[in-house]
Amino acid sequence: MSAIDPIPTPASGSAGADIAPDAVVARNLSLIYPAADKPVVALSDIDLTIRRGEFVSFIGPSGCGKTTLMRVVADLATPTSGSITVNGVSPHAARLSRAYGYVFQAPALYAWRNVQRNVMLPLEIMGLPVAERRSRAARYLDMVGLGGFERKFPWQLSGGMQQRVSIARALAFEPDLLLMDEPFGALDEITRDHLNEQLLQLWNRTGKTVIFVTHSISEAVYLSTRIVVMSPRPGRILEIIDSPLPPQRPLDIRETPAFLEVAHRVRVALRAGHSYDD
Amino acid sequence: MTTEILRLPRPVTGSRSGPLRDALPVGVVVLALIALWYGLAVWLNAAQVIDRFANNDTAWTVRELVDATWSMERPVLPAPHQVAQNFYETVFDTAVSSKRSLVFHAGVTLSATLLGFLMGAVLGIALAVGIVHLAVLDRSLLPWIIASQTIPILAIAPMVVVVLGNLGFEGLLPKAIISMYLCFFPITIGVVKGLRAPDPLQLDLMRTYNATPTQTFWKLRLPTATPFLFASLKVAIATSLVGAIVGELPTGAQAGLGARLLSGSYYGQTVQIWSALVMASLIGVLLVFLVGAVERGVGRAMGAAR
Repeated sequence: MSAIDPIPTPASGSAGADIAPDAVVARNLSLIYPAADKPVVALSDIDLTIRRGEFVSFIGPSGCGKTTLMRVVADLATPTSGSITVNGVSPHAARLSRAYGYVFQAPALYAWRNVQRNVMLPLEIMGLPVAERRSRAARYLDMVGLGGFERKFPWQLSGGMQQRVSIARALAFEPDLLLMDEPFGALDEITRDHLNEQLLQLWNRTGKTVIFVTHSISEAVYLSTRIVVMSPRPGRILEIIDSPLPPQRPLDIRETPAFLEVAHRVRVALRAGHSYDD
Repeated sequence: MTTEILRLPRPVTGSRSGPLRDALPVGVVVLALIALWYGLAVWLNAAQVIDRFANNDTAWTVRELVDATWSMERPVLPAPHQVAQNFYETVFDTAVSSKRSLVFHAGVTLSATLLGFLMGAVLGIALAVGIVHLAVLDRSLLPWIIASQTIPILAIAPMVVVVLGNLGFEGLLPKAIISMYLCFFPITIGVVKGLRAPDPLQLDLMRTYNATPTQTFWKLRLPTATPFLFASLKVAIATSLVGAIVGELPTGAQAGLGARLLSGSYYGQTVQIWSALVMASLIGVLLVFLVGAVERGVGRAMGAAR
């Protein structure tokens, strides 16, 4: 089993990485699903560069390809044409080197593992020594505010806590890049605010690159340094909006004119791309 | 003919020892069944008894008729207390080494059942793992597995016994193989379903970790399949008991519950047949219960809600 396990890759490009490649570079990227009547264009001519350390949100209505684009970055979907690199290599190579952590819409915890063993799952697969697994699980569970819950099983936790476990799990193998697909979509607004705040602090502290899929405008504006507005049929990028907001953002920032201004621009862009033809 | 009898006592699967409040409905049902059984004994045995009264030219009362139908030596349907008495005598009052001991016969059948179940579980799980991981096997093997189950076991059993007998295998192994033949199927079907049960998200997760198929199997597919595995093991262990008994019929076996049924029907010893059937269903209940107990233990270890 462990014979082909590579050495854990500490690909953190913090020091001496002045020529570190961008986190994601996509050029003329398209993905077309063949279908009986008419092929579905999930992604059309995507051009996008995400630099290291950015927090980029993909926002748009259902079917705009935001999740598909993220799955292409993660090598869970293959583009039909165009090129894409992740950390300077192909998504496939990036996946093999475990360059990213993926947080799904649902926590996708393993019901038969307690919280600690859920967080240790990727570390087991990578073949880290037991002591290292334990200490990392403890560190990242603390980071998401779940220290002391190690022995609980998923069914004993609330939805928000489960999603925090899944974030700790994605952080535990210390990827440079965090891919988050509507991670808080199923949570109530109070929990969501709280987790948004924690996520932002985490990002500030660790300097990881985060790609975040959402269809909440305020969530996207609150979290992101850049917002990629997308539109369906075909899935494409309408506009990329830079956020002028400072990196330190208390929740109250959402009532400031600067915040509302960005939110307004996102809303306008979304409306421009929305066709009510169905 | 014997199969008709064999089909009657299906081991009660999924019986759960509940709290006291369950005792009343269960007790009522048991009493109703016993009453029904006594009634049937009167009805089915009456003709013979009346004949005998007529031959002896004796007048009879209803009480005499009922008493007689419940105490015949070779009744069409023995009364419950006759079966219970025979069961008690052959279990507790007969030397275990004796050919008349029901414990001896039960032991013979049980060993074939357990060996057959073990082999069936190994075969069933191995087939399921192959089918899930190799598309070729999925298409090539599954039709044959299903076809194998359409052949009546009674047709196959004598051939298995003859072929293995020629190869020098007698006694336990042929019966265990017949039992295996019957019980691997539900295991294969259940485990295939279980191994394919993981959520697509959980499989994607394994992919993002660049997990090997072996790691995905042990860390995701197998744990997901566990509830399916136990459900099919419960079906399979009951089936393998039936298989072991059926395996004893064509061999003219000297020992085992099947041999007991066969000799009972040769000599019209219906009481003996029924007590063997009672023993078979008790063993069935016990085996299913044991699988259930292991299931609960495994469930606890896997963090099931308590």
